[in-house]
Amino acid sequence: MNLKCKNVWEHISEYLDQQLTPEVRAEIEKHLENCEVCSAILDSTRNVLVLTADNRTYELPVGYSKRLHDRLQKAIHQNPDPGENSPS
Amino acid sequence: MPLSCAGGYRYLTKGVDLGDPLRRAFQRLRMQEDRQHEAELIRRILAGETDVFHELIRPYEKMVYVTLLTMLRNETEAEDSAQEAMISAYRYLHTFRGDAKFSTWLVTIAMNEGRQRLRRLKRAAEDSLEDTVEEPEGDFTPAFLTDWREIPLEALERKELRQKLRDAVDSLPKIYREVFVLRDLQEMNQEETAAALGITIAAVKVRLHRARMMLQKILVPYLRGSVPARKGFFGRLFQ
Repeated sequence: MNLKCKNVWEHISEYLDQQLTPEVRAEIEKHLENCEVCSAILDSTRNVLVLTADNRTYELPVGYSKRLHDRLQKAIHQNPDPGENSPS
Repeated sequence: MPLSCAGGYRYLTKGVDLGDPLRRAFQRLRMQEDRQHEAELIRRILAGETDVFHELIRPYEKMVYVTLLTMLRNETEAEDSAQEAMISAYRYLHTFRGDAKFSTWLVTIAMNEGRQRLRRLKRAAEDSLEDTVEEPEGDFTPAFLTDWREIPLEALERKELRQKLRDAVDSLPKIYREVFVLRDLQEMNQEETAAALGITIAAVKVRLHRARMMLQKILVPYLRGSVPARKGFFGRLFQ
């Protein structure tokens, strides 16, 4: 089976997640060895995911944690039994 | 044995399961310990040690905030609804049965809070429209290029790059954005993501793939412009 570029793109996500059968994975790797376009698409996709998922990309606002726990503390004191007044 | 670039990726990459068996075994063990620890915290809270709730939710503060930020696309609304979601989690903690992970249960509460907030903000019309289209037509082909020079993580020190990445995620249609956020940002597995969104695992896979392709297409031209790629001699033709 000779994979076309389009077939490789369709599998990029599963390739990154290691969800492909060994046979399909081997076919894709064979294709990647000879295709700069698909190799670059794969590398850039992986790089984009690494950057997006990095802790620095989404940061908590300054003081967020304190404000959250202050408000929680009030709610806990108003309703000291988490099972009470709530539907089960 | 020195790590190859590909090997190094396994340790750099978050949200993409690169399948290192040792790492996965370690993660399973750690998850098991975390679940036992959380079960004990929940038991103590329900037995009256209510202040322990602070400890229970501390590891998930950011998860809940980011989930809501990507839904609401407004920092103030996200923070307020994150607080509401945590309060709801406290009130309904007695309904948590432990058959799902606490984080999955919590993110489901956060998403419900986000949906209610969207309705209140009268943005529901836009999102409902998106909801009615199960798999909208779109361009899921990637951005073409013939070589890629790695954008290092240090580049994230630049505020405009972080903003560009967030804007790209925000620009995804809702059904793709929510799957991407749960799978790649919150690192939930396919089953947890499917359960949290009430969709099939097959739908999770399709939507995640499309989300990733759309992000690649949006971001690669920008990233190449901000950090010039190596020049190749020839662009190889498609096969």
